[in-house]
Amino acid sequence: MPDTLLKPSRPVGIVGYGSYVPRYRLPAKEVARVWVGGRASGLPIKEKAVAGLDEDVVTMSLEAVRNALKRAGIDPAEIRAVWIGSESHPYAVKPTSTIVAEAIGAAPNVQAADMEFACKAGTEAMVMAMGLVGSGMARYAVAAGLDTAQGKPGDALEYTAAAGGAAFVIGPAEESLATINASYSYVTDTPDFWRREYQRYPEHGNRFTGEPAYFKHSTAAGKTMMEALGTKPSDYTWAIFHQPNAKFPQRAASLLGFTPEQIRPGLLSPVIGNTYAGAAILGLTATLDVAQPGDRILMVSFGSGAGSDAFDITVTDKLPERRDKALKTQDYIARRTEIDYAMYARLRGKIAMK
Amino acid sequence: MEIPRHWRLNQQRYGLVGEVCPHCEAKIFPPRDICPHCGGEAKTTYAFNGRGEVFSFTTIYEAPTGFDETAPYTVALVKLEEGPLVTAQLTDLGETRPEIGMPVEMVTRKLRSDGDERGMLIYGYKFRPVMR
Repeated sequence: MPDTLLKPSRPVGIVGYGSYVPRYRLPAKEVARVWVGGRASGLPIKEKAVAGLDEDVVTMSLEAVRNALKRAGIDPAEIRAVWIGSESHPYAVKPTSTIVAEAIGAAPNVQAADMEFACKAGTEAMVMAMGLVGSGMARYAVAAGLDTAQGKPGDALEYTAAAGGAAFVIGPAEESLATINASYSYVTDTPDFWRREYQRYPEHGNRFTGEPAYFKHSTAAGKTMMEALGTKPSDYTWAIFHQPNAKFPQRAASLLGFTPEQIRPGLLSPVIGNTYAGAAILGLTATLDVAQPGDRILMVSFGSGAGSDAFDITVTDKLPERRDKALKTQDYIARRTEIDYAMYARLRGKIAMK
Repeated sequence: MEIPRHWRLNQQRYGLVGEVCPHCEAKIFPPRDICPHCGGEAKTTYAFNGRGEVFSFTTIYEAPTGFDETAPYTVALVKLEEGPLVTAQLTDLGETRPEIGMPVEMVTRKLRSDGDERGMLIYGYKFRPVMR
């Protein structure tokens, strides 16, 4: 079997990381109150994060990238790529990434593009950044994944489709707070979830989103990478999986042999929902917020359509001095204003004004 | 549509970028190339750190055209740490009641669309209560 690991010839890592979660929270029981007569059993999460009226993927990306730059402490003019993954870019045509690159001072000597791969667009950008830096074409590249996800009113996804995400400055391993030792991607044509052009809300395959999509890809990606690296779950201090609800990541972890303790700091979906392209990587930022030098981290994203990116990461001794230079993920989660379904409908533009 | 007018203001609006006077070192916002304090030429750009406090504020219920979708909202005069007074919306107030002297920090947010839903999106600075 050929070597399937994605590994740059020049070692790379995370020089800075940053996150963003908006302040509004819609409890799942509030969705249940409106659509299923208040039936409160079996709700997929406790509550989800909702963006304010003046927020979108551009503004949220900017805050996450600015946080990553604070930790990286680099000159933005040295950034050669700004890649933003999302399925909710505010424009159909006009890159989010150009606005972010301009605002952070990375323009004009920079690559800029928007990624789309459902919930794994952010990790897709990370692998591309690893390639750009790892080949020596660039010293730094910014990779981000954020969403203001939409669920059809009353649909199962409306309980969980949330807003938030994270950003990373990828650079040389010797400057990194965590090295990315390798990654591996597992991708097939699996129609578990999609949104057609001009459609406002996505469609999904209900139970089909589980076994043949999320679990197959997440476990195959994690397992194949560990086999290729010769590692086992006990070699990792922490693990993070894509989190469309509270149950799936816990089951994926258990299927691969990880303990509840290993996924604890990165399991955020119960209190912020599914932030789509931001989900796994927000979990990574929350894990880096508490990790110690030497800790090894496994992260596996999942994007419908479908595919998973797995990463093997080792924390360096540069993390402790950098992590307090920006707001932590839990700082954003603690900032919380509960809203009801009516306010949610207004914030998400679900009320027809004309 | 006023594309060039907005585009010209990108830098100052996205990142609160003004000027510093090379003669008297006053920090200037918005940028105007002439120092309002000493009258000298001032063209050196300066990125403000985004921190300040509410100098005064008012809440708008009857919003001007283009801002009606977000009304009611609070507009404040914010005294920046480096000196200048800027007018901007406050955002992310949640249950916080704005007060004179309240410490705030700059965030870049969506200000409005240029015209209707087909127009360009205009982003710029607002201020929120400091998070730490």
